[in-house]
Amino acid sequence: MLRLDGASVRFAGHAALDGVDLDVAEHEIVCVLGPSGGGKSTLLRAVAGLQPLDSGRVFLDDRDLNGVPAHRRGVGLMFQDHQLFPQRDVGGNVAFGLRMRSASRDEQAVRVRELLDLVGLPGAERRAVASLSGGEQQRVALARALAPRPRLLMLDEPLGQLDRSLRERLVVELREVFRRLGTTVLAVTHDQGEAFALADRVVVMRDGRIAQSGSPLEVWQRPANEFVARFLGFDNVVETTVTGQFADTPWGKLPVPAGSPQGPGTLLVRPTGVRLVDASEGLRCTVAARTFRGTHVAVRLQPQEAAGLEAACALREAPESGDEVGVVFDAAEIVVLGSVSRP
Amino acid sequence: MAVPVAFFAVFFAYPVAAIVRRGLKVGGTWQWGRIADVLMDSGIRHVLWFTTWQALASTALTLLVALPGAYVFARLDFPGKQVLRVVVTVPFVLPTVVVGTAFLALVGRGGLLDDLWGVRLDTTVWAILLAHVFFNYAVVVRTVGGLWAQLDPRQEEAARMLGASRLAAWRKVTLPALSPAVAAAALMVFLFTFTSFGVVQILGGPTFSTLEVEIYRQTSQIFDLSTAAVLTIIQFATVGAILVVHAWTVRRGESALRLVDAARTARRPRGVGQWALLGAVLVTVALLLVLPPAVLVARSLDAPGFAYYKALTHADGGTFLVAPIQAIGNSLRYAVAATSIAVLIGSLAAAALARRGAGRLVRGFDALLMLPLGVSAVTVGFGFLITLDKPPLDLRGSWILVPLAQALVGVPFVVRTMLPVLRAVDERLREAAAVLGASPWRVWREVDLPIVRRALLIAAGFAFAVSLGEFGATVFIARPDNPTLPVAVARLIGRPGDLNYGQAMALSTILMVVCAVALLVLERLRTERTGEL
Repeated sequence: MLRLDGASVRFAGHAALDGVDLDVAEHEIVCVLGPSGGGKSTLLRAVAGLQPLDSGRVFLDDRDLNGVPAHRRGVGLMFQDHQLFPQRDVGGNVAFGLRMRSASRDEQAVRVRELLDLVGLPGAERRAVASLSGGEQQRVALARALAPRPRLLMLDEPLGQLDRSLRERLVVELREVFRRLGTTVLAVTHDQGEAFALADRVVVMRDGRIAQSGSPLEVWQRPANEFVARFLGFDNVVETTVTGQFADTPWGKLPVPAGSPQGPGTLLVRPTGVRLVDASEGLRCTVAARTFRGTHVAVRLQPQEAAGLEAACALREAPESGDEVGVVFDAAEIVVLGSVSRP
Repeated sequence: MAVPVAFFAVFFAYPVAAIVRRGLKVGGTWQWGRIADVLMDSGIRHVLWFTTWQALASTALTLLVALPGAYVFARLDFPGKQVLRVVVTVPFVLPTVVVGTAFLALVGRGGLLDDLWGVRLDTTVWAILLAHVFFNYAVVVRTVGGLWAQLDPRQEEAARMLGASRLAAWRKVTLPALSPAVAAAALMVFLFTFTSFGVVQILGGPTFSTLEVEIYRQTSQIFDLSTAAVLTIIQFATVGAILVVHAWTVRRGESALRLVDAARTARRPRGVGQWALLGAVLVTVALLLVLPPAVLVARSLDAPGFAYYKALTHADGGTFLVAPIQAIGNSLRYAVAATSIAVLIGSLAAAALARRGAGRLVRGFDALLMLPLGVSAVTVGFGFLITLDKPPLDLRGSWILVPLAQALVGVPFVVRTMLPVLRAVDERLREAAAVLGASPWRVWREVDLPIVRRALLIAAGFAFAVSLGEFGATVFIARPDNPTLPVAVARLIGRPGDLNYGQAMALSTILMVVCAVALLVLERLRTERTGEL
């Protein structure tokens, strides 16, 4: 439904978007994930018509949006910090898009009530925007963006400003609302938890380019390259050469899953794939640090002559700082990554 | 953007250029040598010298008198502060002619001081200086006091904790933070006093003459256009230089100061020193700012049974073709028209200037908009007469000529008031509206207008007061049968006789009341974040 074709935007010589190709299907929820400054917001602004493209095209329902001003594109955008109109009450904010489309008063009132019910703020029409809490503002912003029934709804860091517990609750609510309405959504966020919880498909962006695109599970299980792996929080990444079922690494000869790409490459060991055994077995390491993570303990291990390793241990089995342990690797938790495309 | 540029090109640049051209281009060649000739003239050099030193003296005196006032308003909290703030501001919007007559009533022949102690100052430069202080007190209090109130007092406290004495802490911490504001205020005062016309015209007599007064004399009495043109260029260059320095000072002043809510920094006066300072400021305000207008009102009521006011309703055939009272109607009509023009042009300009990504060129226009404040109004007025008299722009017979000239002076005030507010509107609010389907025009109406409505009203009020008091240009283009209030007052003053004098006082009083009412309405509307003037 939405198609970007080689979309590029340059700011003073630096490419914020660099030849981005992207398709979003009807009713699909796509989440663009990436570090700040990676061009995510620019992508949304380009689709919204707030940022002209330097080259490339944007199609919505096969219509070229080139030259169509923002207010005629029929897409919705929820801003990072909501940007509710301070001089209007909640009802006035939600009804704004309808008024711009010359909806009748009755129609506006009905739709506003409907949406405030939907976002869980029934009867809030006359409340002042300033009196709303962060979560309530977020709900009003959502209602406002949904009210004119946009063909495509875009969310810019939708939950960025909220505290953690509220975020986790709202992300579930959002997905539920979009499922129910069949809304097509393009969201951007730097928070992987948010992206994985919300999206049908995750698109990882780096320096204005798409680094990987796939379902949350695919991206999590098979990061396309070292950048994606490290962005997802994996630190056990090393250069390697794969021969058959084994890979040569500074940590020794590691087993890899059948069908892994052969030859030189990069290798990821998930922390759960690092098993601690008696110091007499496997790779000998010293425990450098341990961090309590709630469900497990992250243990930082230092082999004698190689880069450090991170292991995830059950609470009861975690060794103390300074202990000597041995390490063996589990092939199921090892991924051979594609080579990183470095410019 | 195009509209304000065209407006200034046609109604400002063109008339001024035409005057200069007429004065200096003889037989097809530019007579640049005239500049040197004029500058060598001892009379002109005297005028230049006087203009400069009286402006410097006025500025110094204003700072001296008003800085304690700025402190009191910024840091002390006392009953009646709000009222006093308004009282202090009223003089700024009073027409120069009114101020001139008020000081005449106080220190002139037969004035209050003359009656009491036989003291007359109207033949001395002191009358002019005092009138200038009267005018510009508010400029200093507002500009400096406004910033002072927002400076965090804890900065000074931090310096005290590090061992600085009270005075040293002020000198090392507060003064440097204030200095850009003081410099900006001083430059504004210098600008206003350097180009002073109405006050000097009335109080200066034949002895004292500023550039502007001399331009008026050369143009309307001696008909020496080339001298007038040279003087216009000199004034233009000086004002331009002052504005450049001012813009630079203001920009420097925007450096990272930690500002706090002004309401939290003021405290009840403590100790003898602060009470004495408060008292001194109150006495100064009473003597300098309240007494002159009060005397003016008293003098206008001197004759029994409101005789002076009643006389205003008769056309005596001598001074005027019509009854002076009609000037009120004229003035109000002109001022309303001028205000509409100024608000329209000014808000278009402000909107263009506030747009993000406005380039160097546009920011240059920002400073340019201030020029009409300082360029000889007399030149503009006379320029109107000689340029706007042929098709396609034949406005000579049209009443719109006066409002156009007055609007020129009103626009800078409108821009100054609107710009900070417009700049404060978050660009993304506009984007949010656009994404929700609002066209650019709807965005302006739905997002910008509700936010700037208050500022717009304040700007309109300023433009109204300024138009009402405009004298330099109006004195040229207002037709004898349609005088405005300031023009009528000036003519009455110029005539001998108690009745004319009394009528001038009465008319001034009326003008003062109208301006004061306009300001009072403004003060009710004023918000935290409006304007720099």
